[in-house]
Amino acid sequence: MTAPKTFKNAKALLDYAKKVRESRKIRKREIRVCGGPGCVAGGSRKIYEEIGQEIDAHAAELKAAGLELDVTLVKKCTGCHGMCEAGPIVTVEPDSIFYAHTKPGDAKKIVEETLVKGELVEDLLYRLCDRKGGDRAHTYHDIPFYALQQRIALRNVGTIDPTDFDDFIAAGGLEGFTKALAMKPEEVIEEVEKSGLRGRGGAGFPAGRKWKSAVRVKKDRVWIICNGDEGDPGAFMDRTIMDSDPYSVIEGMLIGAYALGATEGYIYVRHEYPLAVKHLTMAIERLTAIGLLGDNILGSGMSFRLKISRGGGAFVCGESSALMRSLEGKVGEPRAKYVRSVEKGLNDEPTVLNNVETWVCVPAIMNKGADWFSSIGTPTSKGTKVFSLVGKVRHTGLVEVPMGRTLREIIYNVGGGILNDRPFKAVQTGGPSGGCLPADKLDLSVDFDTLTRAGAMMGSGGMVVMDDRTCMVDVAKYFTKFLIDESCGKCVPCREGLRQTYELLDKITRGEGEMEDLDKIEKLCHTMEVASLCGLGKSAPYPVTSTLQYFRDEYIAHIKDKKCEAGVCKPLIHYEINKNCIGCKLCKKRCPTEAISGENKKLHVIDQDKCITCGICYDVCPVDTVDIISGGEVVNNRLEPTGKAKLAATKA
Amino acid sequence: MVRLTIDGRSIDTEPGKTILEVARENGIEIPSLCYHPGLESFGACRLCVVEITKPGWDGWKKLVTSCLFPVEEDLIVDTRSEEVLENRKVVLDLLLARVPDSDVIRQLAAQHGIHDTTYTKRENADTCIMCGICVRVCDAIGCSAIATLSRGPDKYVDVPNKDACIGCLACAMSCPTEAIPFTEVGGKRIIWDKEFDLVQCTATGEYIGTQEQIDHFAKKSGLDKSYFEKSDMARKKETAAAFARVQFK
Repeated sequence: MTAPKTFKNAKALLDYAKKVRESRKIRKREIRVCGGPGCVAGGSRKIYEEIGQEIDAHAAELKAAGLELDVTLVKKCTGCHGMCEAGPIVTVEPDSIFYAHTKPGDAKKIVEETLVKGELVEDLLYRLCDRKGGDRAHTYHDIPFYALQQRIALRNVGTIDPTDFDDFIAAGGLEGFTKALAMKPEEVIEEVEKSGLRGRGGAGFPAGRKWKSAVRVKKDRVWIICNGDEGDPGAFMDRTIMDSDPYSVIEGMLIGAYALGATEGYIYVRHEYPLAVKHLTMAIERLTAIGLLGDNILGSGMSFRLKISRGGGAFVCGESSALMRSLEGKVGEPRAKYVRSVEKGLNDEPTVLNNVETWVCVPAIMNKGADWFSSIGTPTSKGTKVFSLVGKVRHTGLVEVPMGRTLREIIYNVGGGILNDRPFKAVQTGGPSGGCLPADKLDLSVDFDTLTRAGAMMGSGGMVVMDDRTCMVDVAKYFTKFLIDESCGKCVPCREGLRQTYELLDKITRGEGEMEDLDKIEKLCHTMEVASLCGLGKSAPYPVTSTLQYFRDEYIAHIKDKKCEAGVCKPLIHYEINKNCIGCKLCKKRCPTEAISGENKKLHVIDQDKCITCGICYDVCPVDTVDIISGGEVVNNRLEPTGKAKLAATKA
Repeated sequence: MVRLTIDGRSIDTEPGKTILEVARENGIEIPSLCYHPGLESFGACRLCVVEITKPGWDGWKKLVTSCLFPVEEDLIVDTRSEEVLENRKVVLDLLLARVPDSDVIRQLAAQHGIHDTTYTKRENADTCIMCGICVRVCDAIGCSAIATLSRGPDKYVDVPNKDACIGCLACAMSCPTEAIPFTEVGGKRIIWDKEFDLVQCTATGEYIGTQEQIDHFAKKSGLDKSYFEKSDMARKKETAAAFARVQFK
C-alpha cells in the first residue's frame, strides 16, 4: 500500500488503516522469522534469506497451492518472540505453527513441507519436555510458555515487522492516539489515572498522578522523556519493545504529549542497543514524513517533536535525575530530589519521565479503556508486567503475565521449572539491587507491594532463578561488585559503603569471616538504605539484606564451619577422589596443574598442594567419584546418579 | 513566613531556605563537608542528614539531607536523634577508612566518638573525600579546568582541561581536607602540574597571583585590571590615603 503523503486528519488515517487491513484479507500464509538479537546470533537472518530463495525456487508449486509471494504469501522478519532459549524461531500463520531451534538449511523443509504441502515439519516442532521422544507442540498455543501469557506491552512484539508502518497500522496502531485526540487532554489524563497504570521502571509510581502533577505546575513548557536506558543485567524487556515495536512506544508518547501539552520529547536509549536506535530512528523519520510528528499533527493543531539521545553506558543514568543531567550534557550523576522532576526536571522545567514499558501500555489503555486495563491484575497493581526470566530455569525469555501471578506460576508453569530438575533455591527479582527470595516465598503474588514487603522488589522486571548449586553469600558478593562498578561515586554511603560491604563479604567467602562482621554489614546496609542520595544507593543493599534475612544459616556456615554448602566459594572447598574411582585417567589427563596421580585402573589421588580447585576433574569424571569437600563434609549437590555413574554406585 | 521547629526550638524564617541554612543562622550546628555557602548544594557527604516529621505524619519520621531540604510550615526537625547520630557515625567511619590520614576527618570522627575506623583502610590513601567542592568552585569561577573522573570508589579529581586552569588556587583553598597540593617558590606557583609566573603588586611588590587569574577576574567582573594588580595591603593604604584627604565636618 502506498500511504498518502501526509494524513490531514484522524479520519484519513483510520481510512488508510482500514484499507490496509482489507488488502491483507487475501493473505493465506504469513511466515515470520524472529529478528531478535538472540535468534539473529543463531543465524535467523540467513534463514530468512534462505526462505526467500526457497520461495522463489518453488514459485510454480506455491502458485499451484494458491500462494503468491507478497500477495497471498508474506514473509517477514519480526521482533523477538520471547522464547530465546528455543531460537532461532520461525512461525507460520494463520496456523500458529511454531518451529524452534531452526538452522540455516531448514528453509527448504519449511517451504516444501509446510507451505507447498501444508504439512508440519515434525523435527522442527518444539519439544515439550527435555526427554528424547517427548511430545512436540503443534502450535505455540500448546506451549505453556506462551499459553499462560497475556500480552499488552508485548502485543505487537514478534508479530509485526518493526520497520513496516503498514504492519503496525494493520495491528491497530495509532487507534489509541486518534481516540485520545477526540478527547480533552484532561480526560486523557483522567483515563490513564483511572486505569491504575503504575510506572514499569522500578518504583511503580502511578503514571496518571505523575501526569496530573506536571499539568498542575503552570509553566510554558513541559518535557516528556522515555527512559530506555535499561541497565539491569539479564533484563531485556525494554530493548525488545523498542526493537520490535518502536511505533507503539512513540504512539504512547504522542498520547502523553497531547495530554500534557508537551511539544518536545526525548527517547533516551542505551548506547548498547543499536537495533533499538535504528528502528526508533526509522519510525521517527516515517512518522515525521507523514505528519504524525511535527506541527499540526492530524489537523489537531498539536505540535510534537521527538529526538533520540544515546546514553553513554552508565547504569546510574537509568535513574531519572541522572538521565536528565546526561540529557543536559552534564555528567550523569543523580541530583537529590526534594523538588520533583514534574516541577523541575530537564533544564529545570516540568518533566514527565516514564519507562518504555509504561509508555507502550498507554495506547492500549486508550484503545480498550481504563476499565479493561484495571480489570487485570491486583487491587493495587493493575495490568500486566513483562519479566525477563533468566538463570537456572528451563524456558528462559520474555514473559508477560497479569500482575498477581505467583512466583511459582511464573517459574514452574511459564518457565517450565528448574533446569535439569534441580531443587529451587532462590529467585532474585528486580535487577541487581533486587532481593533474593527463598522457596517458601514462591507463592507470593508478584505485584509492586507484595514484593517490596518481602524485601525484594518489582524493579524493572528482572527475574533470576537460582538452583541449589548457587551460594547465596557469593550471589550477594557478585551483585555488590556489580553495583560498586556502576555506582556514580557521588555520595559517601553508596560509594564507600558498597566497597566496605564487598570487603566484608569477600572476607566471609574466604573463610576469614567473624560473626561480628554480620552486624557490621547490617549496619552499613541500613545507612546505605536510609542515607544514600539516589535510588541506586538506597536499593543497593537489598541483595545483601535479603540473603541475610532468608539465608542467614549459609552465612553462619561460612563463618563458623568454614563450609560453603553449594560448593562454590573456592577458598572453602577442596576436591577428593573417592574409593569408587575406576582409574580411567581422564581427570589426570585434563588436570591443568598435573595435581592428579594414579595408575591405570587404580584409585587416583589429588595432590592438594598443587590443586587450584578449578573443578575440571569434578566435571569430567564419568562415574562421579570426585567429591567436593567443604567444612569437612561432602557437598557435591549431585542429582540421582544416572548412566555409568549409577552402575558404579550400585557396584560399590 | 514559615514557622518550623528545630531541636525543640520554634523558628520563624523565610520560605526557600534550606534546613541547614536556617539551623546555622540560629546557632544550631549541623556538621557538613560538601556544603559551601557560595555554591549550589550537592548532597554528597550525607553528614548533614537530619530527621524530619510533621504533626500529621502519625509519628512517621524520615532522614533528609538538610543542605537540600527546603523549610516547610510545621516541619519538626531533629538534628541529633539516635537515627541521625548513628548514620552520621557510619558515614564518618567510612570516611575515616577512606582518608585515615586526614586531620580534619580524624577530629570530626573523634567528636562523634570514633577514634579508629571499623572498616578496611584504603591503601595509598590521599586526603580527598570526593566532596566535589573544588570541581564546583572551578565551574563557578568559569574555568571548568578540573573534573571528577571515573566512577564509584575509583572516582578521582583530575585536570582534564589543563589549558583552562588559571592557577587561582580556588580549588585548593576551598578544599575542606587540604587534599590539593600546590607550591609557591621564587615567584612561581605550581598547581595541577602547571607552572605559573606570579605577578607582583604594583605598589608593595608582594606576590598577588597569576597573570591568567588577574585577566580572568577582570574580564568576569568588568572591573579594571589595575584593581586586581594590587595586593590587599596596597588597597588598604590607598583607602587610608583617600580618607586622609577627606575634610570631615
